[in-house]
Amino acid sequence: MTAGDGGLVDLSWDPITRIIGSLGIHTRIDFANRQVVECRSTSSIFRGYSVMMRGKDPRDAHFITSRICGICGDNHATCAVYAQNMAFSVQPPRLADWIVNLGEAAEYMFDHNLFQDNLVGVDFCEQMVRETNPGVLALAERTPAPRADRHGHRTVADIMRALNPFTGPLYREALEMSRVAREMFCLMEGRHVHPSTLYPGGVGTVPSVQLFTEYLVRLSRYMDFLKRIVPLHDDLFDFFYEALPGYEAVGQRRVLLGCWGAFQDPAACDYRYETMSEWGRRMSVTPGIVIDGELLTTDLVEINLGIRILLGSSFYDDWQEGETFVRADPLGNPVDQRHPWNQTTHPKPQKRDLEGRYTWVMSPRWYDRRSGEYLALDSGGGPLARLWVTALAGLVDIGYVKATGGGIEITLPRTASSPETRFEWRIPRWSNTLERNRARTYFQAYAAAAALHFVERALDEVHAGHTKTWEPFTVPTDGIGCGFHEAVRGLLSHHVVIRDGRIANYHPYPPTSWNASPRDSFGVPGPYEDAIQNTPLFEENGPDAFKGIDIMRTVRSFDPCLPCGVHMYLGRGREIEVRHSPTFGVVPTVEGP
Amino acid sequence: MASDVREPDRADALAEMHVVWVTAGLSCDGDTVAMTAATNPSLEDLVLGALPGVPRLVLHNPLLAYQNGDEFLAILRRAAAGELGPYLLVFEGSVPDESLAGEGCWAGLGVDPATGQPVPTCTWIDRLAANAWAVVAAGTCATYGGIHAMAGNPTGSRGLADYLGWTWRSKADVPIVCVPGCPIQPDNFMEVLVYLLRQAAGRAPMIPLDEALRPRWLFAETVHEVCDRGGYYEQADFTEEYGRKPCIVKLGCWGPVVQCNVPKRGWMNGIGGCPNVGGVCIGCTMPGFPDKFQPFMDEPPGAHMSTSAVVTYGRTVRALRQFTLASMNREPDWRSPGKGDLPADVPESERPERDSGR
Repeated sequence: MTAGDGGLVDLSWDPITRIIGSLGIHTRIDFANRQVVECRSTSSIFRGYSVMMRGKDPRDAHFITSRICGICGDNHATCAVYAQNMAFSVQPPRLADWIVNLGEAAEYMFDHNLFQDNLVGVDFCEQMVRETNPGVLALAERTPAPRADRHGHRTVADIMRALNPFTGPLYREALEMSRVAREMFCLMEGRHVHPSTLYPGGVGTVPSVQLFTEYLVRLSRYMDFLKRIVPLHDDLFDFFYEALPGYEAVGQRRVLLGCWGAFQDPAACDYRYETMSEWGRRMSVTPGIVIDGELLTTDLVEINLGIRILLGSSFYDDWQEGETFVRADPLGNPVDQRHPWNQTTHPKPQKRDLEGRYTWVMSPRWYDRRSGEYLALDSGGGPLARLWVTALAGLVDIGYVKATGGGIEITLPRTASSPETRFEWRIPRWSNTLERNRARTYFQAYAAAAALHFVERALDEVHAGHTKTWEPFTVPTDGIGCGFHEAVRGLLSHHVVIRDGRIANYHPYPPTSWNASPRDSFGVPGPYEDAIQNTPLFEENGPDAFKGIDIMRTVRSFDPCLPCGVHMYLGRGREIEVRHSPTFGVVPTVEGP
Repeated sequence: MASDVREPDRADALAEMHVVWVTAGLSCDGDTVAMTAATNPSLEDLVLGALPGVPRLVLHNPLLAYQNGDEFLAILRRAAAGELGPYLLVFEGSVPDESLAGEGCWAGLGVDPATGQPVPTCTWIDRLAANAWAVVAAGTCATYGGIHAMAGNPTGSRGLADYLGWTWRSKADVPIVCVPGCPIQPDNFMEVLVYLLRQAAGRAPMIPLDEALRPRWLFAETVHEVCDRGGYYEQADFTEEYGRKPCIVKLGCWGPVVQCNVPKRGWMNGIGGCPNVGGVCIGCTMPGFPDKFQPFMDEPPGAHMSTSAVVTYGRTVRALRQFTLASMNREPDWRSPGKGDLPADVPESERPERDSGR
């Protein structure tokens, strides 16, 4: 800790634990005004996937890119397969899409569960709240949990105690349930976290009545668990709004959410680029972009064409004057030189210059033709953007999940110890720390309900004798492909260019590349720094015992996954103008219930 | 019956062992995540000291740590200074060649307060290995370099034994223990931890390792030897389409020449795996991974010869077995109406009357 100018204090946390990968957060804090005035994020690992992949067999792309991430590697493998299917012009049998959907649904259930109650949960556990906000813990002891009849914890403090690491029963139950969800995953995709049975053209999974029955049995256990967990988290997060008035400003930023869609509808999806706008809208999580509460688009072609990779603070030489791999998409639309298809990675390691280049992360942005802005979208940690976009679009209705425009209705049928239960997620007033976390809980229910739909469709195929899961293909000499998917923590795209039957260019853009991006060439900062700089501090400790809990909760609300930032090497952030007053600048344009 | 709480039998028994787990190699953290999937034993079994005769495990892993930043690093610093008590160093990820990184570093963990620059991961390895009771390389990146050491990589990555030396031994005279797998098979890894905890407590002899520093009892057999599709191979029944039941060696499975127990053990809790559930073995436990197995979806060159050789025998024996199988699928003749189990030489006139209406 060092004293900065004007009584400001510099505090750093490096490494940030309880996330995937290596991240440091460096802040300047105004303790007099209880406010973070400056934030820089750093990471210190570089691996170089896009460099290694040049010249490799295009069929190997999903095996290799799975290794980008150790918690959502299958999301990468799936997204790579989507791009391969497009590039190889192959449409898998319907059953293969259902199997992939089932695997990915299990991944969402597992990952959100582990992250929420074993990693994020520790920031809200009794031990942590005692050390950071003893006054809040005292209040929690006196506050009956409003939904105690549904989750069995009498007071809010009882919930917090249940989350204590290893000694808390909910902490241990979450570990166990994360294994149940991973077993479901392994039934469909073979191995967690790098799948063994995903291929371009389909899956190697051998379909059978046994396979889907074993999945269904585990899914029912998981749904039983969720019926207690969703109301439990509502009680916990609602309590923080009540206990700490103004907590909505923690981690709040402008509503700039992107979701690239998840769960193909095999009746609609032929993996052709030419029809992508239509089949994208048939996904069971709708792709789209929400700006200040307005749904800008649900068109994957428009989403694709708007992606720009900017430099500005990154350790790369520019490719603006370099080779153009793709001048037009298959529909004839021009493709920008800053689009992933045309990106050439020229790494240039160098010393950190806080006034110049300081990071290995590039700056993915989405170009809004209407305003001419390059938008620094975030994923809301994944679930917030998925639910927000899907709700506003109102396109999803698969029985157990229905988008209503203002929210999403999720129905979980009767299970061993609980009756049929309906949850409704309503669009919140803020894109902030607590709502990112709350959405994570609701999306677990969404994924479970969607999985029930998928398992029924898969069994329909098996009963009808349609057990083929793979379609042969040939790798073209030249071709392009793109895949759009939702990694657990948000928007994910893979772009591939094939020449002479080999990979000529490959660029995955995972959620953390967006969320953790540095200032771009227009000076626009990335979402982490933006959200943390807006954060008032409610921790009761002074500078000497300060844990930075409100900052930790904000960072973790995005579900950081640093290995996902493939090219990632974040240097220290650029110096940021010191502000002395909170900047809650955004007026919510979407009112809650 | 009275019950009481007894003191440990052995006053000198090792009560607990720290595990200092560094994920800051070039990794995806997938081995840490896989470890949380284990059930034989589970992480909480070891942390809570649930297994008799096994010292309690005190885990310091960044994914699950309560502490952040300097509070977390303080544990590593105490370990390096020999102040933590006995510990296992678990290392995850490939080790980069920092001589190629110019003035930066490829991989670091935390910040050096003196310089304000990241502390290179290699520096942590040097400091922590020196005082560790034993060092465990978790996952193929850490054991042999793995995916980040693929041809064309810019970081000069390799495995921990390449970095520390293949004959390196800890201060307790234990060689580097390599648990390969991309990622580790969860129970394989936990079983190795349990072994080392028991060894540290004086309850097991030196861990038996092969020439690639793998625990012998886990990696002695090939995928093919423990694969439940081996019977198809023997009968020369090879599929050329994913999602079918026969042997998938022609689709790119390297099982016959890969040491790994996953087809028998499953991936977690007996569920999942690779060729046993329809996924080609890409050799992810092997020192030659990934380059020697690429492209993954082509038939391995050696498989063409061996599958051709087995065709004549396999098809013949399969045809004969089908003949026998058809017979075995029929009940013995005497269970049919009108036929008793009397010896065949009993004349028809001496057989009892049967109801012919059935």
